Amino acid sequence: MREPFEGLPEGSLVLGIETSCDETAASVVRDGTEILSSVVSSQVDLHARYGGVVPEVASRAHTELLVPVTAQALVEAGVAGKDIAAVAATTGPGLVGALLVGVSAAKALALTWGVPFVSVNHLEAHLYAALLEEPDLEFPLVVLLVSGGHTMLVEMTDHGEYRLLGETLDDAAGEAFDKVARFLGLGYPGGPAIDTAALSGDPTAIRFPRAMIDDGLDFSFSGLKTAVVNHVRANPDAATEDVAASFQAAVVDVLVAKSRRAAVQSGAKALALGGGVAANTLLREQFLGGCADDRIQGFLPSRSMCTDNAAMIASAGWYRLQRLGPSSLDTGADPRDRLFQR
Amino acid sequence: MLILGVETATEQVGCAIGGHEGVLASAHCARGRRHAENLTPQIEFICHQAGIELSDIGLVAVDVGPGLFTGLRVGVSAAKAIAFALSVPMIAVCSLDLLAFTVRYSPRLIVAAIDARRGELYYAFYRQVPGGVQRISEQLLGTPDDLASELLATNDEVLLVGDGARRYSEVFEGLARVEHAEIGNSYPSASSLVQLAHPRAMREEFEQPEAIGPIYLRRPDAEINWSTRNG
Ligand SMILES: [Zn+2]
Repeated sequence: MREPFEGLPEGSLVLGIETSCDETAASVVRDGTEILSSVVSSQVDLHARYGGVVPEVASRAHTELLVPVTAQALVEAGVAGKDIAAVAATTGPGLVGALLVGVSAAKALALTWGVPFVSVNHLEAHLYAALLEEPDLEFPLVVLLVSGGHTMLVEMTDHGEYRLLGETLDDAAGEAFDKVARFLGLGYPGGPAIDTAALSGDPTAIRFPRAMIDDGLDFSFSGLKTAVVNHVRANPDAATEDVAASFQAAVVDVLVAKSRRAAVQSGAKALALGGGVAANTLLREQFLGGCADDRIQGFLPSRSMCTDNAAMIASAGWYRLQRLGPSSLDTGADPRDRLFQR
Repeated sequence: MLILGVETATEQVGCAIGGHEGVLASAHCARGRRHAENLTPQIEFICHQAGIELSDIGLVAVDVGPGLFTGLRVGVSAAKAIAFALSVPMIAVCSLDLLAFTVRYSPRLIVAAIDARRGELYYAFYRQVPGGVQRISEQLLGTPDDLASELLATNDEVLLVGDGARRYSEVFEGLARVEHAEIGNSYPSASSLVQLAHPRAMREEFEQPEAIGPIYLRRPDAEINWSTRNG
């Protein structure tokens, strides 16, 4: 049977595979730090008409796209299958049917190539996205992870050492963007739609509530969504751009205030952003501004590294493999996998 | 040429390896519906037991359904990944064809029926031909009552095979001339898959891996709702 695992030698290539939501992605990363290729095939157009990600549609698309995307990742990296030292895949959290496509293919590749398979938590991978682009980030590092599925503040004290500082009690920030954009008739996905509309709006036009802004490190966005709906119903003539800009300002104020508080409370040396909402223009500006005011190192990964990708999976997989060794080939998907126990 | 067969269209997970000597090794597990968990270890196990390296495989055959969507995607994704990693061709076989193949010695009209959940069945009709069976209908999706009325309309003696036929056996019970195949044949078999793929491989009837995907026969609910709403 298989030899005991003794760590990957220097120069090892990990193939990462990500299919937890609506991006089919594959990537080759050397030593957990050097991206040789990162291919992302977004299904956003497939889901746009439904106004949100449809799990069955996503699973079907992953099944079609995964092998071509993987083949392209190898070609772009200029390597062959025999050069791959390990295969990493997201096993959770995410949509179970979508995750299973990636896990099944990744395990099959690992078995066929005779290399280790390693299971990766999607949230852990988002933390590694920041470290991939800025390896000099010092621990403890606090990351604000904001996407359509998650809104959380995480403290990372070392590789594999995480603490959940706060999270949303209801909607994720990205979910609030999607719902408000749909309500305002701005289309899907909501993040970019609101970002664009807000550019020509007045963020001070309406004073929307900043829920729990002075209170702890958890978030709540469902009340804000309701406030937007009530305001527009009461003021049908309100300019959509002003509503979008004022809504966005409220979300960003809360996200930035809580991130700064989290960094101070945990004595962080650096503060970083992650997740799809981290592409938001206002959030990026205010986040860096807040870091400068607090004299803390602030880091914004590039937009392509904030959104779902497989380079972060390959990187997190490399670190996990070096610390904990391979995952079993009977690993399945865990749609509610948690990185932290509170 | 050695063929790896992967079969995950029903509650069962199966794999087999074989070639011109017939089936050399196979494993089937119909408990637990743990397709993703079980498939890779099962493949590893049969390779190990038969003393075969995956790199000896020259063709990957896969059951593309119809059947359980999640199971099918697990099998199709794994099979395509293995074929890609080995740079070998693929052959796709339908689940209903596999079921009918196991009862190919019957002169009756063969009806293969797989449980499609939600009170429906995937089914198709077959006739014995020299060397196997031939499908004489489309692959259909319908209720057990739909199938029962089709059976009523035929004058043939019928042999029903598959987990769908078993699950709704009471619907077919009152019908004269209808008989069930034995319970051991209720799931498609990975061994039959390898046997069926072998002559096709000899004739080089390969398929482009990009063209291989599950046969769903059912659109996603969201798509159906969307088109109803938007006429
Ligand atoms: Zn994500």
